Amino acid sequence: MLASSSEGGSAYHPPSVAEFFPDVILFAGTPFAIDRVMLVRLLMTVVVAVFFLVAMRSPKLVPRGVQNAAEYFLDFVRKHIAEDILGREQGKRFLPLLTTLFFLIFACNVSGIIPLLNMPGTARVGLPMVLAVVTYIVFNYAGIKAQGFGPYLKNNLFPPGVPKPVYILLTPVELLSTFVIRPVTLTFRLLGNMMSGHLVLVLFFGASWYMLFQISDLWLKPVGVLSLAMGFVFTLFEMLVQFLQAYIFTLLAAVYIDGALHAEH
Amino acid sequence: MTTIQTVVLAAEETPSPVLPQPYDIVWSLVCLVIVGLVFWKKVLPLFQKVLNERTERIEGGIAKAEQAQAQAQQALEEYRAQLAEARAEAARIRDDARAEGQQIIDEMRARAQAESDRIVAQGRAQLEAQRVQIVAELRADLGRVAVDLASRVVGESLEDEARQRGTVDRFLDELDAVSAPANK
Repeated sequence: MLASSSEGGSAYHPPSVAEFFPDVILFAGTPFAIDRVMLVRLLMTVVVAVFFLVAMRSPKLVPRGVQNAAEYFLDFVRKHIAEDILGREQGKRFLPLLTTLFFLIFACNVSGIIPLLNMPGTARVGLPMVLAVVTYIVFNYAGIKAQGFGPYLKNNLFPPGVPKPVYILLTPVELLSTFVIRPVTLTFRLLGNMMSGHLVLVLFFGASWYMLFQISDLWLKPVGVLSLAMGFVFTLFEMLVQFLQAYIFTLLAAVYIDGALHAEH
Repeated sequence: MTTIQTVVLAAEETPSPVLPQPYDIVWSLVCLVIVGLVFWKKVLPLFQKVLNERTERIEGGIAKAEQAQAQAQQALEEYRAQLAEARAEAARIRDDARAEGQQIIDEMRARAQAESDRIVAQGRAQLEAQRVQIVAELRADLGRVAVDLASRVVGESLEDEARQRGTVDRFLDELDAVSAPANK
């Protein structure tokens, strides 16, 4: 990615936001334009779909091999997110959404440290935004369906058990936090984490490449090695962040749905 | 200089990272729909089916075990009842046998008693007969001896036989009358 302007000779180019906007490869100028990030997304989508379809193509009572792994992953979302937050019945109802969110986000996060891909599919605002909007629609729909439109709004905007004048302050805050800030934070928490993680990795590995191979100053070589080691450490850290962000996004979606289902505040 | 210019240029060309391009949204939706459909329509129903089967299998196993246990319990109770019945039967037979044995013993005892009584009575009768016979013999002997003795003592023969016999008999009866109460 850094090699795009290698004509500058020995100049070092720090990574920038441009990292995330590679050249469009296909269908330029149409709504179906494809660049590297879109390709990574599509590839990871296919990987997730194929993995689970193959693993669960004819599930056995006693799981074997890849079915074991698939069940382990699915059980993680089913037990530790859906059922823990929503309970058995509602957890089952929203399991498809939560499972989709978790594995799509996780796969598109993990592409950030997969060699040759090296780009999180979630580091472009589209995917986090679409998923946040879907979550927004679902939790509002669930709340309206469970409580009715009026009571749902009333419970959210005028939470009971508060003296009347407090609503002057509370209602705008609730309106903002529930109906505006929630989808925005869902989007930017994920986007920001993935973008910054990618930039950090590019920074360290780009610097190592530059110091080890592009310039001849010997005294910079140990620094290049150190930078490489830091890049490795941050790769491990990124693994954690990638999992954690997928988990947090899905967990918050479940929490929002749960909050919408129950009138108690 | 050139570096800074390039960076600035790049920044100018670079779209905003928080405003999505249409194709970004489109491909995000495509990915979401594909993964969503795979999980919603295919993977999760299959997974749920397997989970249900597993639950059923486990519950079925438990039910089967409970059934087997109930059957075993029933068999045990039946067996116990039969055993108690058999014990009662045995006790009854034993009591019957004991009663019967007692009855036999009593019967035997009675029979033996009767036999012994009969033997004793027979012996007594025999003894009585012998005694009567001996007394009769003795009486005849004693009469003759006494007459001999008397004739010798008197020194004369007594012709009148009839008178002689009457006298002796009378004498002996008197003797009997005296001795009989002492004997019996």
